[in-house]
Amino acid sequence: MNILVCVKRVPAPGARINITSDGQQVDTAFLGFTVSPHEECAVEQAVQLVEKHGGEVTVLTLGPAEAQEQLRTAVSTGAVKAVLVPIDTTDWDPQRTAQAIATVITELEATNGKYDLILFGNESADSCGYQVGIRAALKLDRPIVNGAKGLDIENSVAVIRRESDAGVEIYKLKTPACVGVKEGINLPRYPTMKGRLASKKVEITQSTASGEVGGLKLIMLRRPPERASNTKILGNGPEAASAVVDLLEELGVFK
Amino acid sequence: MTVLAVVEHDRGIITTASFGVLTAARNLAKQMGAKFEALTIGANADALSEVISKYGASTIHQAHHQALIDFGPEAWGESIAQVVRKTSPQVVISSGTERGHEIIAQAAARLDLPAAMNCLEFDKDFNGTQPLKVVRARWGGSLMEESQIDAPIKLVTLANHIVEPQEELSTAPATVLAIDVDLDDSVTQSFVQDRVERVAGVTLATSPVVVSGGRGVGSAEAFAPLEELAGLLNGVVGCSRAVTNNGWRNHTDQVGQTGTRIAPDIYIACGISGAIQHWVGAMASKNILAINIDAQANIVTKAGYAVIGDLHVVVPAISAEIRRRRNL
Ligand SMILES: Cc1cc2nc3c(=O)[nH]c(=O)nc-3n(C[C@H](O)[C@H](O)[C@H](O)COP(=O)(O)OP(=O)(O)OC[C@H]3O[C@@H](n4cnc5c(N)ncnc54)[C@H](O)[C@@H]3O)c2cc1C
Repeated sequence: MNILVCVKRVPAPGARINITSDGQQVDTAFLGFTVSPHEECAVEQAVQLVEKHGGEVTVLTLGPAEAQEQLRTAVSTGAVKAVLVPIDTTDWDPQRTAQAIATVITELEATNGKYDLILFGNESADSCGYQVGIRAALKLDRPIVNGAKGLDIENSVAVIRRESDAGVEIYKLKTPACVGVKEGINLPRYPTMKGRLASKKVEITQSTASGEVGGLKLIMLRRPPERASNTKILGNGPEAASAVVDLLEELGVFK
Repeated sequence: MTVLAVVEHDRGIITTASFGVLTAARNLAKQMGAKFEALTIGANADALSEVISKYGASTIHQAHHQALIDFGPEAWGESIAQVVRKTSPQVVISSGTERGHEIIAQAAARLDLPAAMNCLEFDKDFNGTQPLKVVRARWGGSLMEESQIDAPIKLVTLANHIVEPQEELSTAPATVLAIDVDLDDSVTQSFVQDRVERVAGVTLATSPVVVSGGRGVGSAEAFAPLEELAGLLNGVVGCSRAVTNNGWRNHTDQVGQTGTRIAPDIYIACGISGAIQHWVGAMASKNILAINIDAQANIVTKAGYAVIGDLHVVVPAISAEIRRRRNL
């Protein structure tokens, strides 16, 4: 079973997100980068599935050259092939991204055969567009369900568990299929020594693809208004317990 | 001109997010001088026309097909696409929920149109003929994006809890139009096949008290005092992503952008630094009490209340004080 996982490189901001002076991007000057959490879990799920059913995992990212770092991270945790679709540093819009990804996947499949599963993150952590996987799946003529908190393969059928307010919903898609994965589906492993070595050695395939510019255009980013807070310090150490319980009584949460 | 609201429902039961969507669609239609219409998917939602009418929709389209007996993202998206092709609305709006995003993305892909999710504001000068400027949430709400949808038909989802639902004061009964949609095999396999209902009870999302722990707790076992405090307050335990990543607690307990969003009466954050992705899940709490050794920690500066100290002593001391006052 061959699985392709599409991942995105995103900054990892801490206490606040700063924006560049032109308002076009997150200021990443002092930030590290990571794989979007949903996709980190998608890679882990793919690796678990091939451990169980055989096959191999390929990771693909559309992003700047530096996104190789995220591909290598995925290889260090069990993916074996990596594909970079290089773009200039700024984000592409969702329509353009999906088109380019679908084009590259079609090319890859022309030589390697169809992937049984193509996994996406439910939404990217930074732009939160909720649509690239769905658009790409349609272009590839494959079914897709988002929000997967469980995913297994039984007799060439992808069984997807998804949470709702009422409980858990089960979906079943005949493979080849696409799935949008959410964090919590598993606990991603740490890289092994062997994985780290493999990630250094892996040859990253570069596949260029263009895509027509879509209709959603960024004007500028801004930070939401910050809630002013005058923190009331109730005390230091265990002596504060009495003041805390007074507060709990006052708020009516402790009677 | 028309604004079309796509009503999210679960087997005929309307979701609360839909009321905000109906209200926002009506407001936008009024501003544009356009008609406000609604769409329900599946005959099991036909009865919703009564409540939808109260929000002032002039026409309600009811998409029908024998396969539409439960939720299916592709069949729903295709149904929306077909109704949109037939009625050519200027704006299509649905809820900023898992299903809402999914069906709007499905419809947009099928119509080859852009879509903007989790919109917080729409341009007050929009009259239906220009590109639509929106403000939408990025980073799960930690960052806002002003953008422009440049397309003849604008597809959007409305961020949840942004618009207060409001029925229309005087409404005429809506015209109801049944419309048979055409769904082939390519969209009918992705329906819900089975369900496991949740056992009723307080959850992280609904509990009025949440006692949450972060990396500062140090281990899975060290959550015991937090469990005890939560128990005394009839609350539940939450955690940060550092905790789930370490395998100390299950992801179902995680508060934040990629975890659960909560709005309890009090959030007690122990040994949590308050990274933006955590904060965005906790900031709707009515009160926040941070317990942290670091007086400069982000959560301490943002919280309403704080205790500076080691959670391993402060938390048990709070529990002891509660027991003392209750004579336990
Ligand atoms: C895209 C993305 C999505 C994310 N989504 C989420 C999410 O949904 N939820 C989430 O929580 N995080 C999320 N994160 C991770 C987030 O950025 C932080 O890494 C994480 O929240 C940190 O957890 P923490 O506060 O427990 O740990 P730390 O940041 O390490 O903070 C530990 C805190 O504990 C205090 N402390 C240490 N010892 C003690 C003690 N004995 N007593 C009292 N205080 C003590 C320290 O002073 C410090 O403030 C996400 C990150 C990214 C990039």
